[in-house]
Amino acid sequence: MSGYRLPAGGRVDRSKPVTFRFDGKTYQGFAGDTLASALLANGVTLFGRSFKYHRPRGVLAAGNEEPNALVSIHRGPGRFTPNLRATNVELHDGLNASSQNRWPSLKTDFGAINDRLGMFFPAGFYNKTFMWPRSFWERLYEPAIRKMAGLGDAPTENDPDTYTATYAHCDLLIVGAGPAGLDAALEASGTGKRVILIDEQDEAGGGALADPALWPWLERSMKALNAAAKVTILTRTTAFGYYHDNFIGAVERLTDHLPENSDGPREKLWRIRAGEVLLAQGAIERPLVFDGNDTPGVMLSSAAKTFANRYGVAVGKSLALMAVHDSGWHDVFALKKAGIAIAAIIDARTDVDGDLKAEAAALGISVHLDHSVIGVSGRHQVNSIEICANNGNARRTIPCDALLMAGGWTPSVHLWSHSKGSLKWRDDLGAYVPDQANENCRSIGACAGDWDFGKGAVFDVLPTLRDQARIKAFVDFQNDVTAKDINLAVREGFRSIEHIKRYTTNGMATDQGKTSNLNGLQIASTALAKAVPDIGLTTFRPPYTPQTFGALAGHAKGALFQATRTTNIDGWAEENGAVFELVAQWRRARYFPQPGEDMHAAVNRECRAVRGGVGIFDASTLGKIEVVGPDAAEFLNRMYTNPWKALEPGRCRYGLLLKEDGFITDDGVSARLAPDRFHLTTTTGGAARVLNMMEDYLQTEWPDLNVWLTSTTEQYAVIALQGPNARKLLEPLVQGIDLSPEAFPHMTVREGLICGVPTRLFRVSFTGELGFEINVPTAYGRALWERLMADGADYGITPYGTEAMHVLRAEKGFIIVGQDTDGTVTPYDAGLDWAVGKKKPDFVGRRSLARPDIVAAGRKQLVGLLTEDPNMVLEEGAQIVADPKQPVPMTMIGHVTSSYWSETLGRSIAIGLVANGHAIMGETIYVPMPDGVIRATVTSMVFYDPEGARLHV
Amino acid sequence: MILIHCPYCDEQRPEIEFAYAGQAHIARPANPDSYSDEEWERFLFFRANPRGRHHERWRHTHGCGRFFNAVRDTVTDKFETTYKAGEPRK
Repeated sequence: MSGYRLPAGGRVDRSKPVTFRFDGKTYQGFAGDTLASALLANGVTLFGRSFKYHRPRGVLAAGNEEPNALVSIHRGPGRFTPNLRATNVELHDGLNASSQNRWPSLKTDFGAINDRLGMFFPAGFYNKTFMWPRSFWERLYEPAIRKMAGLGDAPTENDPDTYTATYAHCDLLIVGAGPAGLDAALEASGTGKRVILIDEQDEAGGGALADPALWPWLERSMKALNAAAKVTILTRTTAFGYYHDNFIGAVERLTDHLPENSDGPREKLWRIRAGEVLLAQGAIERPLVFDGNDTPGVMLSSAAKTFANRYGVAVGKSLALMAVHDSGWHDVFALKKAGIAIAAIIDARTDVDGDLKAEAAALGISVHLDHSVIGVSGRHQVNSIEICANNGNARRTIPCDALLMAGGWTPSVHLWSHSKGSLKWRDDLGAYVPDQANENCRSIGACAGDWDFGKGAVFDVLPTLRDQARIKAFVDFQNDVTAKDINLAVREGFRSIEHIKRYTTNGMATDQGKTSNLNGLQIASTALAKAVPDIGLTTFRPPYTPQTFGALAGHAKGALFQATRTTNIDGWAEENGAVFELVAQWRRARYFPQPGEDMHAAVNRECRAVRGGVGIFDASTLGKIEVVGPDAAEFLNRMYTNPWKALEPGRCRYGLLLKEDGFITDDGVSARLAPDRFHLTTTTGGAARVLNMMEDYLQTEWPDLNVWLTSTTEQYAVIALQGPNARKLLEPLVQGIDLSPEAFPHMTVREGLICGVPTRLFRVSFTGELGFEINVPTAYGRALWERLMADGADYGITPYGTEAMHVLRAEKGFIIVGQDTDGTVTPYDAGLDWAVGKKKPDFVGRRSLARPDIVAAGRKQLVGLLTEDPNMVLEEGAQIVADPKQPVPMTMIGHVTSSYWSETLGRSIAIGLVANGHAIMGETIYVPMPDGVIRATVTSMVFYDPEGARLHV
Repeated sequence: MILIHCPYCDEQRPEIEFAYAGQAHIARPANPDSYSDEEWERFLFFRANPRGRHHERWRHTHGCGRFFNAVRDTVTDKFETTYKAGEPRK
């Protein structure tokens, strides 16, 4: 027990005690505490175990740079957050926190054996040691290492909280509400500018919160800003990333500080576009590198001041200071004045300003200049420190229960660097500061190196008498990287700081090296005998501090992850037991099982109904494009492979669309409604792509053509009525259209009324049966469907889904673009020569059909495949070989693209892409599968009614 | 998220409204048959990959729907200018 609550002082509300738990034990703190300040006030020194060596660790800092005191917070089922910094966790009644990376308990941790074996765990240890045998890595080494080395556990349940997101626009965004940020906000308020001021803490003030002399100013300033028009102040909000064109991502924490889980969102993602950005993020104090600098009770000097002044907590009963910077002296003076005993000031500099020495003398503090700490005794907390003059003399022990480090300051240039602003090295600060801006952005205050903390010297490692190879002087506390590791990396030949960083993992933990980067650079600089700017600086990347996946995902999860498009008839399908599948973003009925039916039984029944009676199918998802204008036919003639100019109004045509490289990209049946008007259909998944491609050619290649393209996919519900009884069912419902075969033959279109509703009635078939596709305005889709279902009862009307549709079209050898083609299939490969207008001078992709590779022999071509065993249904995607006896790896000559049980034919059918397929009709190919080789014969793709007799009735 | 100026809307709008559409100023030949296999291959498949100024096409997909040309620096990701399709190379 070491720290304690000071009798007075701080901004905590001593009238509001708060009860909380840490590792199962109950403690008390005050409203306004953080978990760290409350635990320190209760005398707790041990907060966690380190990542690699499982060394006991306490609190290093008081802010977001804290690398050691990581905790897990439990807020009920599913509400578990690991790896939060205890210094950032606001205390509330019932807060339930636990430490991490220890077993069975924080005090007795078996993993601490790693610390005793530390000499065997140098940089690159895992890569060097667990090399052999290779197969052991995934099964044994990695799981074991991950179990030992780690942070908090990942949550195992779904997160029940909700998250929200918003956009915001402002003229001026100020990041950081410390003195610099507040001054800037005050200056901008009242100028008419829209100002957003954000700060990650629960109240604005930043460094001023730890300086009681500034509290009256802070109160006045906040009053003025709260009253100012057009100034928005966001606290508990972290600007985590700075993106192009002054776009800043920030997360506001809305409920974690409240005792009860709220119904409202837990966090809010702010996407802020700012005219100008002012960065006022402040600076972070640097630790010093010496043996035992990670012992619980060794912490940043500024943190001790913050705990005392802001939270009213003394971090120990007797504090020593190890300084190389004036700021530590001022901190210690403030602590002494707050009533905390100061054991000694040790400063590695040979001399300091007379004022400092005078004030120390006046306060009765003993001072050791030109001395350094060379050792710390105590395992779970500091008992004493050993110091020594830098010339090696005057070794002595000083009893104390906390050691403060004042290593100088590192400006927080994280967001500045995200924005790709450049940095310059300042030798006097031993730090990088902002140089040239890349966005409309300025850094102000301490993050620009502009501070009144006094001056200091820069040390990489403090002088020591001890053997450098045997001491544990930590640089990166969170990843357990020591000065020795960095020196080893340099000895092993690493020169770039980027490589040294990755080899040692310095700066790669969740804190991204907030306290370790510059010490690591200094040590590498000494080892390489090069100036710091000459060895580079690692890249800063978002997020500035870890953020939840929930905040980034926002509403985009579950049903809202992606929009589901449904047709007007979808509700009927759902009510009638359809099994659905997603096709692009559309939800489509796959089959309609009746009680006791599996998919195969349902699909077989649906197929029999279409071939023997009449089936009804929701084809509304087909892409539709209205092509209008005097040059519409000319335009389509240039886009599609087929000729369009001679197509008479009222007639349909199968259109095949290539990309300029000659490969099939889409197809569909389209109709000419009038000389200047076409109704195009595309594949369900290709609708947007085809419209984009057509717009591209129309706008940029042929802007002289007078044509307009409009997506009409969602304007029409489309019902396919397919089967020998289709006409009989339809005839009584249609007005103004003669359905007789002579007046309305296959591949024509008519406009009229159905049940009094305007329709574009297509006589087309994707099944090989007599068929109609009825287009009506979308809102009438379901009503028409229900009428057809009612009237069709006598004809055995049967709704069928996409699965039966696939089987029926495969029986006829109709391809599905994207299933039977894969972006490498030409019209010739697909057996669609007939759809290519040989006399046309040009169309998209035409020139490519004469490319050497496309006219070469041996291309893969679409063919039918009939297995020797008619009951054997091939697997789609299965590879095809010519000779199954050849040694492995075999030469693959193609693969199966479509394969089904054909109820109509009473056997299996398949389509495949096979090298030289058109030339090897009747030959046997082989499909090697795990449980044997399947023999099949290459055939025509048209398995059913090759003459088309069933269509033309 | 980058802001892109649509020369048709004359508005600076966020990147998510736009879709990239490849290198600019590659005109489809009026008579592709006049191209040799090598020339056609270059037209189809060869594209610039400069470090620095890049002429490229964008479409204001979720806005006016127009294709336009832009000059973007591939190092800084900054747009130098955007201009309407058909206007001379900038």
